[in-house]
Amino acid sequence: MMNIHPTTAGMTLAGILFVLGLISILIRRNLIFMLLSVEIMLNAAGLAFIVASSHWAQPDGQVMFMFILAMAAAEVSVGLALILQLFHQLKTLDSDEASRMRG
Amino acid sequence: MLYLIPALPFFSALLLILGWRTFSRTTVSVIGCGSIGISALITLAQGWQFLQSGHDSMVQHLWTWVQSGSFNAGMDLRLDALSLAFVFVITFVGFLIHVYSTGYMADDADYGRFFACMNLFVGAMLMLVLADNLLLLYLGWEGVGLCSYLLIGFWYKDPANGYAARKAFIVTRVGDTAMAIALFMLFQYTGSLQISSILEKAPGMWTTGHATVVLIAFLLLGGAVGKSAQLPLQTWLPDAMAGPTPVSALIHAATMVTAGVYLVARTNVLFDLAPAAQTAVAVVGAATLLLAGCSALVQKDIKRVLAYSTISQIGYMFLALGVGAWSAAIFHFVTHAFFKALLFMGAGAVIVALHHEQDMFKMGGLRKSLPGVFRVFLIGSASLAALPFITSGFYSKDQIVWLAWSSAKGHTAYWVIALAGAFLTAMYTFRMVFLTFYGSYRGHAAPHTPGSSMMIPLYILAFLSTVAGFVELPHTLGHVTLFSDFLQPILPAVQMLQESTALEWTSQLLAAGLTFLGIYIAWVWVIQQPDGMRRFAEMPFMQWLRGFWYKGWAFDELYNELLVRPFVRTARLNRRDLVDKVYTTLARVTEWCHDALARTQSGLLRWYIMGVLIGAVLILSVLIWRIYI
Amino acid sequence: MDLTFYIAAAIAVFSTVMVVTRFNIMHALLYLIVSLLSVAVIFYLYGAPFMAALEIIIYAGAIMVLIIFFVMMLNLGPETARQEKEWLRPGMWLLPALLCAVLLGELVYLIAQSKTPVTGITPVPPKEVGRSLFGPYILAVELSALLLMAGIVGAYHLGRQKKKILHRFFESNAS
Repeated sequence: MMNIHPTTAGMTLAGILFVLGLISILIRRNLIFMLLSVEIMLNAAGLAFIVASSHWAQPDGQVMFMFILAMAAAEVSVGLALILQLFHQLKTLDSDEASRMRG
Repeated sequence: MLYLIPALPFFSALLLILGWRTFSRTTVSVIGCGSIGISALITLAQGWQFLQSGHDSMVQHLWTWVQSGSFNAGMDLRLDALSLAFVFVITFVGFLIHVYSTGYMADDADYGRFFACMNLFVGAMLMLVLADNLLLLYLGWEGVGLCSYLLIGFWYKDPANGYAARKAFIVTRVGDTAMAIALFMLFQYTGSLQISSILEKAPGMWTTGHATVVLIAFLLLGGAVGKSAQLPLQTWLPDAMAGPTPVSALIHAATMVTAGVYLVARTNVLFDLAPAAQTAVAVVGAATLLLAGCSALVQKDIKRVLAYSTISQIGYMFLALGVGAWSAAIFHFVTHAFFKALLFMGAGAVIVALHHEQDMFKMGGLRKSLPGVFRVFLIGSASLAALPFITSGFYSKDQIVWLAWSSAKGHTAYWVIALAGAFLTAMYTFRMVFLTFYGSYRGHAAPHTPGSSMMIPLYILAFLSTVAGFVELPHTLGHVTLFSDFLQPILPAVQMLQESTALEWTSQLLAAGLTFLGIYIAWVWVIQQPDGMRRFAEMPFMQWLRGFWYKGWAFDELYNELLVRPFVRTARLNRRDLVDKVYTTLARVTEWCHDALARTQSGLLRWYIMGVLIGAVLILSVLIWRIYI
Repeated sequence: MDLTFYIAAAIAVFSTVMVVTRFNIMHALLYLIVSLLSVAVIFYLYGAPFMAALEIIIYAGAIMVLIIFFVMMLNLGPETARQEKEWLRPGMWLLPALLCAVLLGELVYLIAQSKTPVTGITPVPPKEVGRSLFGPYILAVELSALLLMAGIVGAYHLGRQKKKILHRFFESNAS
């Protein structure tokens, strides 16, 4: 196979996944899809941490991944609750509808 | 004790300002009149003590007001003969006017506000005349200006009154500015604003007629002219009649407008050193007394007649000051304060009796319905017209007429003008009396007799305006010099050019004769031949002249054309202020930036993420550019 | 780099692209699970077997299932897919894709340029991770515990349906 350094390969994969998530969040209007896109991006960041951890032979990257995991779990639970409320209030999942606060 | 004289009115003014809405009318009356009354009593006690002590002056240092480098202005009160005369008049006449006001203003909703302003005014005026340094004097000077503004515009709901108040304030401001410059110059040259030290130093510093002292004297005259409504700043006083009548009596007759006389008399040393300025004082006085006398002759409003007569009488005082007859001027001030306050309050009684009717052509015949008012008004008028021998006005005015001719600085022309003024005074005064009290009643509302609170002050003043003259009698008639002796330590005696009893007799008889002639002409004009006079008055030239005089020699129009219009035009040219443009542009740019930024706050989540993305791209670009290229 | 990595990476990228392009939310979610599983494989390859397990258990197992249940609860039918189709017009892609391409280019450039020492893959055993986690990172662990607590309370509070609490900004529109 090609002689690519594993760190470079892993990091590039993380970059690709991150950018895909970013594209997705930019083009979607559906709130659940946007949440999914955030998950993709978080996962890509976690991948980058794992790759870095193995690159430097240090546990810190993996520790960071665990924190990302915890954060993702909390984010999803709160995010889903918010989406639920919005859906009840606005009867739609369109994120553009929730723009009345101009914030 | 001395400090109590101005402190009491100030304190009661403060009390009334803070609490007049909660006080009952009785409380307000007690506080308002009581404070002035106690001040008057203290003045008596203090004056007695002062006369007993035999000192020339008495200074009370309260505290140091301003201390900066070599400049030192203290809260120092100074009592000497000149200020005692003024304080006496201010407190006593002020007190009588206050008592009168309780009747006159009884139905006014802003009763307390009125007394607050009046007390503040009395306090400021006392501060003015008791001040030992010019800065404190200026404080009082501006204080009375402020109160004058407040009281002229007392019935502020009518825009015309507000306009009159602003006019008074702005016109006097012209004089005040001149006076302020004079104070600056005095401090620059003498290093002090202490009146006594200035007057001591001045003769050593400047020779007679030195340009600096002449300039200072002229600037002081400017201040005096503004406050005393003399030519060319006299236009505000007739309009100031917009205020309640007690205000006119207190401010525009008895006290405030004589502040200019006080200032000139107080700084008499400077005027002695500046003959040009002193001549200007005399010329201003002479011109004003004629001008105002003519205007008073054709007025319809009873208060405006009195206003013009005030201007004219202060013109007499200025004439006396100008010829160096200092004590004569002050003497005339005292008698004038009594009879003019009396006249104004009598006019006020008439106005109230006729339900606020001020037009004399709607009065007439009030002799029968208001006999009390008629009697005191007649006494006041006789005094104003200088009816010989029995009125105080005769003695004070006669002294001025005689000294205008005979003093070292006098001139025959002054004498002629003074005599003409005496003639005019008699004529317009009795025209007013005849129009108001004789003939038949031309109004509609039934007159009602004013209450005792209004009448008692009138009786007291009528008494005073009769007897006040006997403290100073001319050579030819008893030769009493109580008043000028009293003022002797402060005001130098007049230097006589000629001392001729025969000439003095001639002058007095001529003045007396002219007075009677004036009264007779007024009689003919109003009572005997009104139709003939009307035909005479309706001749084209006379009609024009009448209109011209009615408008006060068209000074208002002149100033309007000369000053107001060009100013308004200039202001209009620069309506979009050029300097302002810079700031408006700044504001506009900020606003524009705000709009641009606010547009990004769309609430659309994706655009925010787009912003983050663009930012990330930019930061990474910069990073790459910095590290690798 | 062995073949396993490339296959897993290809699957990850492919399934992620599918997530991005799907109209039906359920399909997207399933593709995302595939993507997460393949990323877990890559974790394993990079010497982090415990993380790979966590990825599968928590991410693919718990979080995704939560979202799936949520979607099922909202009962989003084919109507949503149709609307999704409507929203995802081709024109929408252009600018974000361009910008993201630039970003990716920059990232790859930076990764390729890095002059880090070549060490290859060094496995880091879970024991070391645990030591580190409860050693120097103990405070962060406590904080994440707090975060999870806040997440639970927040989700409970927000998800409550007892009565319709209208925020003042929504009042006028609440029919």
